[in-house]
Amino acid sequence: MYRYLEHEADIGIEGIGISLEEAFTEGAKAMFNVMCEINTVKSKVPVKLFCSARDIETLFVEFLNELLGKAGIENMLFSKFEITIMNSRGHLELLGKAYGEKLDQNKHGIKTEVKAATYSGLRVKKRDTKYYVRCVLDI
Amino acid sequence: MCIGYIGDIVGEITVKKISEYVYEIPKMEDMLVPGRIYGNKGIIAHLVDDLKAGKEWNALKQIANVACLPGIQKAAMAMSDVHPGYGFPIGGVGAFDIEKGVISVAGVGFDINCGVRTLRTTLKKEDVEKKKKSFAEELFRTIPAGLGSTGKIRLTKDQIDEVLVKGAEYSIERGYGIKGDLNFIENNGKVKNSDPGVVSDLAKRRQFKQIGTLGSGNHYLEIQYVDEIFDEDAARIYGLEKGQILISLHCGSRALGHQIGTDYLKELHEASLKYKIPIRERELVCAPIQSEEGQKYFSAVNCGTNCAFANRQVLAHLARETTSRVFGIDETEIETFYEVGHNTAKLEKHSINGKNKELLVLRKGATRAFGPGRKEVPREYRKIGQPVLVGGTMGTCSYILHGTQKGMDDTFGSAIHGAGRNMSRMQAKKTWRAEDLLKDLEKKGIIIRGHSFSGISEEAPGAYKDATDVVDVMHNSGIALKVARVKPLISIKG
Repeated sequence: MYRYLEHEADIGIEGIGISLEEAFTEGAKAMFNVMCEINTVKSKVPVKLFCSARDIETLFVEFLNELLGKAGIENMLFSKFEITIMNSRGHLELLGKAYGEKLDQNKHGIKTEVKAATYSGLRVKKRDTKYYVRCVLDI
Repeated sequence: MCIGYIGDIVGEITVKKISEYVYEIPKMEDMLVPGRIYGNKGIIAHLVDDLKAGKEWNALKQIANVACLPGIQKAAMAMSDVHPGYGFPIGGVGAFDIEKGVISVAGVGFDINCGVRTLRTTLKKEDVEKKKKSFAEELFRTIPAGLGSTGKIRLTKDQIDEVLVKGAEYSIERGYGIKGDLNFIENNGKVKNSDPGVVSDLAKRRQFKQIGTLGSGNHYLEIQYVDEIFDEDAARIYGLEKGQILISLHCGSRALGHQIGTDYLKELHEASLKYKIPIRERELVCAPIQSEEGQKYFSAVNCGTNCAFANRQVLAHLARETTSRVFGIDETEIETFYEVGHNTAKLEKHSINGKNKELLVLRKGATRAFGPGRKEVPREYRKIGQPVLVGGTMGTCSYILHGTQKGMDDTFGSAIHGAGRNMSRMQAKKTWRAEDLLKDLEKKGIIIRGHSFSGISEEAPGAYKDATDVVDVMHNSGIALKVARVKPLISIKG
């Protein structure tokens, strides 16, 4: 599950899940749904993902920016994500795959470009049994 | 949690009226300077309401946070188009001591050197009215815009490196432009100290197909006419007259700039910890200007700045070619009036306590607005001061102002860049349907051609402050004075 948070210029996103991985991938869906109608994007082609960070908060931003970079280079949109988060010698690493297809202006209900995921409003929280991860996207 | 991040100011932020259009956030806690906001009653009330309502992202808190950054001079400022950003507010200006100051990604933004180019034409409003629809179609066809669009020029890695050093000159060498264009671009379309070696391969690869593309969000290309002249003398010097057709475009450094911001956000995060700089908002991560990290980032920003210059040069020339073809006029009849960036980091000389001092000025959604006599202003305009290009909304109007000595003294020669939003994109989408907006604007004689319906709703004129209100604050406070108001006839959106 994901939701959007009001920001006067840009937009805040929040991914919610029963694991950190699920919350992260929900956040990624929120981001791609800002760019297009995510339910029109078929999860056909896998693209490998890797990023690392010193803490879980910045790992979330790294993850989103890794996706923006891959989407830009490959001219793709993504709708499905499989990731694993690991501890590696004091750093956190994220490994996995994003699935999507080539961007098609006529098919994907194109909305707006996301310039970057920012550290603004960046937060990772566990409440009861769920994880909540959020940040502001620069539109 | 990183060590550098200590959270927002905890005390209650207050706003004090200094004069009719100038407000202050008095120094508190570890603010090194006060905050200063240019606004009227309504603009300030909106900011105070947001703060009282506990809105997480509010501009007052952001101004106070910026005022805590090491080396900041005089005041953390916001122009009258102020609204919340990330780290810095939009409309934000911060000038930093070169020795003790810091440089931050948030003070420049991800769209490095996003800005506006305006071209002057020999066409009149009546000329465009006759062919408005077909002209709009031609522009829509020839100006690449929207998510995933690609430009006509494909660059290799070596060519990208050339762009990062040469800026607008590169585009002209490739045939996109006329020599005279460079004279009327801020910094003549090229900044020094831009080492392509500090820009990642990823940033360069993302740009291979993106030179000469408009992007999306609030970016646009507009065909405008001069609706009113406020200052005849200044207008004469600027070559503007009532009814004249202008071409304006708003865009930035595209994916290359975005990726530089992304790469250095991580690097400056590490630097903030290494140099133990306390950070009030995570996005304000920064490095001392003189540190290795700070110098590298500044050089990367200069690369992004040159990329934006090159990009706008290509787009300006595409618009020139299309206009010349549609109306059968010579390309030389479409001259660059001026171009100015509004997401910038610049080394500039300013007077501090009567002494001329070099400072690093960060403008986030604010333009440079240099006054008369400054050597940075093109010779032709120097007597009156630099043109300040204020992009309004797609349905209302834009303004052309000129810089003043008062602006040099009070705001480090800075002014507003646009109308400034006053409603979130989510709220705008709930409030307006794109189809209705397009019909309403067409009734007013404005044709909008966009690549995305939701993009059009988000950019509804009603989601912005009244441009006239925001401009009047600049004019009445003497920071930048009104020369002309222009209105759109055609707007191409991403």
